[in-house]
Amino acid sequence: MKLITVAGPPSSGKTSVILKLIECMNCDKGSIGVVKFDCLTSFDNLSYEEAGIPVQTGFSGKICPDHYFVSNIEDAVQWGVHSGFEMLITESAGLCNRCSPYIRGILAVCVIDNLSGVNTPRKIGPMLKFADIVVVTKGDIVSQAEREVFAFNIRQVNSAAKVIVVNGITGQGAFILAKYLRQAVEIQSLTDTKLRFTTPAAVCSYCTGETKIGAPYQMGMMKKMEFKNL
Amino acid sequence: MTFNDFMMILDSKPLDEVLKEYPIGWDFLANFRLNNLAKELPFSQALLKVDDEALAEFGLDRFEALKTFGVFLEQFTPKENLLEEVKSITISGGWDKSRTPENISLTISAGEIISIVGPTGSGKSRLLNDIECLAQGDTLTGRRILVNGAELDELQRFEMEGKLVAQLSQNMNFVMDLTVREFLEMHARCRLTPNIGEVVAICFQRANQLAGEKFSEDTLVTQLSGGQSRALMIADTAYMSDSPIILIDEIENAGINRRQAIGLLAKREKIIFVSTHDPLLALSAHKRIIIKNGGIAKVIGISEEEKKSLGMIENLDNTMQRLRTALRAGELIHMKDLNGPSF
Repeated sequence: MKLITVAGPPSSGKTSVILKLIECMNCDKGSIGVVKFDCLTSFDNLSYEEAGIPVQTGFSGKICPDHYFVSNIEDAVQWGVHSGFEMLITESAGLCNRCSPYIRGILAVCVIDNLSGVNTPRKIGPMLKFADIVVVTKGDIVSQAEREVFAFNIRQVNSAAKVIVVNGITGQGAFILAKYLRQAVEIQSLTDTKLRFTTPAAVCSYCTGETKIGAPYQMGMMKKMEFKNL
Repeated sequence: MTFNDFMMILDSKPLDEVLKEYPIGWDFLANFRLNNLAKELPFSQALLKVDDEALAEFGLDRFEALKTFGVFLEQFTPKENLLEEVKSITISGGWDKSRTPENISLTISAGEIISIVGPTGSGKSRLLNDIECLAQGDTLTGRRILVNGAELDELQRFEMEGKLVAQLSQNMNFVMDLTVREFLEMHARCRLTPNIGEVVAICFQRANQLAGEKFSEDTLVTQLSGGQSRALMIADTAYMSDSPIILIDEIENAGINRRQAIGLLAKREKIIFVSTHDPLLALSAHKRIIIKNGGIAKVIGISEEEKKSLGMIENLDNTMQRLRTALRAGELIHMKDLNGPSF
């Protein structure tokens, strides 16, 4: 089974891109499955079900979404293998814009949209920097110049990635994306593979449910800002 | 300059000299919060003073940071551009939705204007998709797209796809919070244009010629009217985009001289496709492609009669423009207004 991890900020168009992509793959119905990792709620499973795509949804709730992803991804792969899929696509939102756990050797796709502002690519970090393919959406409503500046800013952060513009409504560009995804490697398990980047450190008092503000309540891993005197 | 050359430079030349020669390097430092590095040292040595933790936040160690900077400088050094060499494309027919062969081979050269007509859902965007991804018989339509008369190998296809077509449509807006000048400068900078001032000036001047109502360099791009935005987008595409093919999806007929706009793009040796049912635009094209049932049904060259009728169509169009202007100014419309100078 081929595994592809898709990440991107909320509402960047991940689900639309995946739907158009599956349409372009020309595979038998039901041979591509999706696992959706979300935080609190998600309505995307409806879109997948409507398209006849097998889907599982998991909610991280109070756990860091990236930690949640890592601790469930092997089970997701086993679900995919047992269901006899040719391809499994995972979809997760990079909530802190820092990381999204891409795995070494597994094709990693980052979806961002043109409306998020031209400098956004320079602010996103490892989720963009470590992706193999960067899909840019919502290009049909901004000018050509802005699309070009946006792509330029992506290449500034990730010079090696392939940047592909996909229209999530018409599917324009999904063909090129599908072509690249066919190159994903076959796997049976992820055990002993490694993440491309560490997930966020999170062992402070607030991780464990502390809600009070102030120095006496702050324990564990802390990072303090430096405020300069004016 | 190869990646290895850049690695040598970063290891031997003081950083401030590297930045003087490659000012884009400042962007790299900003992206990784390395702006405060000691500039009098070579990058590799200056890095030794950076906290491990600071680099680790970006998923880098020192060697990775050095390599990433090398790749970055290589990436942003202007190099030979395959796109500039696109002089013609050939659409070699596939089949329509009922698998009827298209039996067509249409070569379009730089400077040519082609209009595409057909009902919604007939397959216009499929044709565009095929061009954009340089189909080699591997899409649903079975079409092949040749560049300069030849099929492309995988590497060339990889280099070009996605960058071949610049698009312009009615629905496109500016979303950046910048003035016209800042906007053009930003675009020129990211195209690694050497003479930014010159290119910006000419874009601005041409955009103003195309726009019905003039605008200044200090106007925010988001505040431009529909016509002014379109004019700026067209001038910008003509002078700054390196895509050799331009696809235009209907341009609204208010506030911009459409024929002049398309003429400007053609003069810049672009291959132009206009998807439109506006007679003025459709008949300004050299040929038009008729799309039916997902396939190219016919390609017709503009006839002499059509060419002659263009003048009259333009007068009709001008009359409509005049009426609009009069209404906007609060005037009453009189029968005599309908009898323009041409009737």
